[in-house]
Amino acid sequence: MKISKLVEKIKPSGIREFFDLVIGMKDVISLGVGEPDFVTPWNICESAIFSLEKGYTSYTSNKGLYELRLAISRYLNNKFSLSYSPDRNILVTTGVSEAVDLALRAILNRGDKILVSDPSYVSYDPVSELAGGKVILVKTNESDNFKLTPELIKRHISKGVKAIVLNYPANPTGVSYSRKELLALSKIFIDNDLIVISDEIYDELTYDFPHTPLATLPGMKQRTIYLNGFSKAFAMTGWRVGYACGPEEIISAMTKIHQYTMLCSPIMGQLGAIEALRGSAKSVLEMKREYKRRREFIVSKLNEIGLCCAMPEGTFYVFPSIKKTGMNSADFAKKLLYKEKVAVVPGTAFGSQGEGHIRIAYASSMDNLKEATQRIEHFLKNNA
Amino acid sequence: MKEILEILEKDARTTPEEIAKMLKKNVSVIKKAIKKYEKEGVIVKYKTVLNTDILKDNVQKVKALIEVRVAPQRGHGFDHIAERIYRFPEVISCYLLSGSYDLLLVVEGRDIQEVSSFVSERLATIDNVNSTVTHFILKRYKADGDILKRIERNNRIAISF
Ligand SMILES: Cc1ncc(COP(=O)(O)O)c(C=O)c1O
Repeated sequence: MKISKLVEKIKPSGIREFFDLVIGMKDVISLGVGEPDFVTPWNICESAIFSLEKGYTSYTSNKGLYELRLAISRYLNNKFSLSYSPDRNILVTTGVSEAVDLALRAILNRGDKILVSDPSYVSYDPVSELAGGKVILVKTNESDNFKLTPELIKRHISKGVKAIVLNYPANPTGVSYSRKELLALSKIFIDNDLIVISDEIYDELTYDFPHTPLATLPGMKQRTIYLNGFSKAFAMTGWRVGYACGPEEIISAMTKIHQYTMLCSPIMGQLGAIEALRGSAKSVLEMKREYKRRREFIVSKLNEIGLCCAMPEGTFYVFPSIKKTGMNSADFAKKLLYKEKVAVVPGTAFGSQGEGHIRIAYASSMDNLKEATQRIEHFLKNNA
Repeated sequence: MKEILEILEKDARTTPEEIAKMLKKNVSVIKKAIKKYEKEGVIVKYKTVLNTDILKDNVQKVKALIEVRVAPQRGHGFDHIAERIYRFPEVISCYLLSGSYDLLLVVEGRDIQEVSSFVSERLATIDNVNSTVTHFILKRYKADGDILKRIERNNRIAISF
């Protein structure tokens, strides 16, 4: 059978094999899970059950339920004074995953260049390529905590660079940007007339300073596609609801693709999302407090047992260095799995700059974190 | 330092060292704070939450909620009469309430007879106890914030981006 050249060109994830290994093994403590360990707050589940009982099982409008778009609009306005019209500037998507795809396809012409950070969340690179774009990887450095800096971006700007994908707080490193850092970055974006796809799905999980949406900075709203969703903060990964906000022209273009490829996000998810915005602030805060405690614990523990680990500002990931073990990321992860039954994700899964690091997700119970760090300590002692 | 209480209330086994890490504080500071809470009686004690319903060959104890109407006493209000009642080891909880009765007790016994005789012989005979209504507990679903049945959770896939 003949597969499309574009698809054939996408590199298969180098660690598929490792993933299969983990999934086939029993009694593993997994710190490799990229989703909350909490169940969706009950008020959200209960309201979705109620809506199913009432027979809400249909399609919705392509853009998503008006009530949800209105709720999103109000939420952003109250929280960040960020105003988007529910009619013109908001599109409800099937998770941020779909929103990333739509945004890229809406803006990229064949051969347009787009900057993607290395390391970064796994979908940006291949989905950009699928959209016909040419990805320019911006290799970030450990010494900058893997952050994008104005200098770094400037160095990668050339003719034909149309856009950049930004993600903060970031998967896999957990780092985020302060308002000041964002202002410096935004100057570069404006000077070079870049469109920014800003994936802010972890915004609620920012621990050390308030999160600043990129679109709230001067001159940025008209060039930002703001992406957010319900998966992380509200522990709703399986519900598949996210949203994109941006200039009317771009949102219309994204809606055009969405209406043919997805039609709409599942109505149960959308109704759950309405309840999430209406009555879950307390649950979100409770989860955040718990994550924060785990963050302090895991960072301090990892440093104590000899894995050098920076304190990331957000998400539920840490990205410690394993360089001093002499192993590469993949070997480290494989050996740790075999010898101690602890699963982590090799940093290289997120780009070549992730070599020498592993991603540990602390979206796992304190008991698991305690046990897992003990096992890692044991592993380090026996494999140093 | 209140966050220490929040952590211990969730899991009393959390060690001072672990709490120190979670709150980015010195271990000695945490230890001192815990000692202080213990001394002040804010931390009453450390216990284990059990669901004995699922123990095999468990001799089930019986619990009842008992509404008690009492006459308050001059100079003591309800405290005095409440103490007379809650000092009985059979009484495992005792609350003063607003509304149509005064005290709500949780009483535990070997069987219905034991609880009934406690009510009729010990409780109802106390001066100032005007009346009692006994409700036997048939099933505990949730107690003190803990759902007692093991909730079957669909496991997350072991690894994902
Ligand atoms: C940075 C980032 N963006 C997007 C997603 C996908 O989110 P959604 O569940 O909304 O599709 C994830 C999930 O891991 C993520 O880490």
